[in-house]
Amino acid sequence: MAELSFTQEELDEIEKIKAKFPTVKAATLQVLWVAQRKYGHVEPEVQQLVAETLDLPAAHVHGVASFYTQYYKEEMGKFVLDVCTCLSCQLCGGYEILHHLEDELGIKAGETTDDGMFSIQEVECLGACGYAPMLQVTNGVYVNNLTEEKADELIKNLREGRMPEFESMQMPKLEKRNQAAS
Amino acid sequence: MANDWRSFEPLLIPDIPNLQKIDVYEENGGYGALRKILNDTEKWSRENVTNEVKQANIRGRGGAGFNAGLKWSFMPKPDGGPRYLACNGDESEPGTFKDRKIFEYNPHLFIEGALIAAYAMTVDTIYVYIRGEYIDWVHMLQKAVDDAYEKGYLGKDILGKGVDIDMHLTYGAGAYICGEETSMLESLEGKRGYPRVKPPFPAQKGLWGRPTTINNIETLANVPLVINNGAEWYGNIGAEGHPGPVLYGISGHVENPGVYELPSGVPVMDLINEVAGGIRGGKNLKALIPGGSSTPVLRADQLEGVTMNADSLRDAGSMMGTAGMVVMDEDTDMVDVLWRIAHFYHHESCGQCTPCRDGTGWLEKILLKIKNGEGEVKDLDLLLDLTTQMEGRTICALADAAAWPVRHTINRFRDEFEARCKKSVHAVA
Repeated sequence: MAELSFTQEELDEIEKIKAKFPTVKAATLQVLWVAQRKYGHVEPEVQQLVAETLDLPAAHVHGVASFYTQYYKEEMGKFVLDVCTCLSCQLCGGYEILHHLEDELGIKAGETTDDGMFSIQEVECLGACGYAPMLQVTNGVYVNNLTEEKADELIKNLREGRMPEFESMQMPKLEKRNQAAS
Repeated sequence: MANDWRSFEPLLIPDIPNLQKIDVYEENGGYGALRKILNDTEKWSRENVTNEVKQANIRGRGGAGFNAGLKWSFMPKPDGGPRYLACNGDESEPGTFKDRKIFEYNPHLFIEGALIAAYAMTVDTIYVYIRGEYIDWVHMLQKAVDDAYEKGYLGKDILGKGVDIDMHLTYGAGAYICGEETSMLESLEGKRGYPRVKPPFPAQKGLWGRPTTINNIETLANVPLVINNGAEWYGNIGAEGHPGPVLYGISGHVENPGVYELPSGVPVMDLINEVAGGIRGGKNLKALIPGGSSTPVLRADQLEGVTMNADSLRDAGSMMGTAGMVVMDEDTDMVDVLWRIAHFYHHESCGQCTPCRDGTGWLEKILLKIKNGEGEVKDLDLLLDLTTQMEGRTICALADAAAWPVRHTINRFRDEFEARCKKSVHAVA
């Protein structure tokens, strides 16, 4: 891998992060995020860059990177599909969605397609229990109330470079509640 | 009082379009509670604000249900050094998805509540910690914080009244344990989220060794309501001893899952049958997890007369938790459900304490064996024994949170677990 470095713009962002806290160490998680957004993962070389930039021991940065699941410790597909199978999603068909995606993409959870386009992961609760089953695309947008058709549509769109938009899950309206009560 | 829930008008997330915009929030009385205090700091001394909140008895909405004002009063007297308020928006317990509604629909109510809390405790810096998966909601709250700075509600000399308070947002990177208060402090300090031994409690020694109070997002959103309307008014909403509006997250096998704002103390059967539209597909109810996956499951026949408040749920044999209700229909396989819950806690154990690190692993392993039809009845007693060896023997409550569902689900659905085990008994030739 070529020598890694942050641009001046990224270094400015890192300074802003550091300014939020009384210690440099406190910036570790956020600077790992900056690095992951740039490189797509935080492999050991990237962790080293973070450690050098913050002037912290590499062991500390590695300790943090390895503790949190959202940091990718190896190269992933262009789109990472984090399928929630935890309690509410389990009850509402999360495993069916996971298995459907595995079949469609020809890989198992934890693997990446040969073309490097998709990785699938089975993840713990993403806090979208009322909109189950659901998945998250590469630590970003939530795709809720999944059906097999909706999952297929998502794959098709991602292949064509179209990211899903943020879905606002509205609060249930009063009329609906009053109607239900009458 | 909770019987009039049908005519309740939401207070935390009122039905006002674009309330997330600061102008709309102000037009609807927003930041009025903060102005009220800062315009008359003699009447609204820091002590009086704390007392009002204490009297209102806002019970923490993060799960523990502790009186918020009382918690504030644990902060030591200022000594000139920094003091912190850490707002917990980690929200990672299965079944819980309510705080994100505040970030999305009424973020300024939370910011105003946090400012009042900071004023009451003489705090100069507020940190908000949100789970990393909620990155879209982090951006939403950041926009609200930026607007509040611009309008002079945050920063130096707030509203020209000589009070300085900063608010910084930060976010995690995927770890349920960071919702535990001391683990959140470790993560905020840029470390692995390992819970701290208590005492010392955060009020004595919190962030960077300084006095710190940790409050849940929904808890803080209740504070402006108390200041605007008084502790007595607040105390009359919902259940006695556990007052106020509650964001109920209803998920699982119901027709209309979602987050509903209603008073505390609504009968659980009303929430399931009327509010959430009943069981999906006209099936029968089998079980309910009332407040996130750690709260003990209740069978349908245990729910008669139970209302969503701490006392009623305790009497029924469970807990209010986060009011994240997971509803299960008659076809639900309780062995599968319990195995998945155990898997979650095993995955999320930070690994610091042996009873939790190894215990959660054993729970999952034995339950997987039973799920696969390879278990024996004596494994059920082994599971129950394991839970007693985990509970109360670790630094934080994650081991307890893993043990409770195992013990109560087995005890309350023992037949179903035994039936699955019996299949595995090998015939003697």
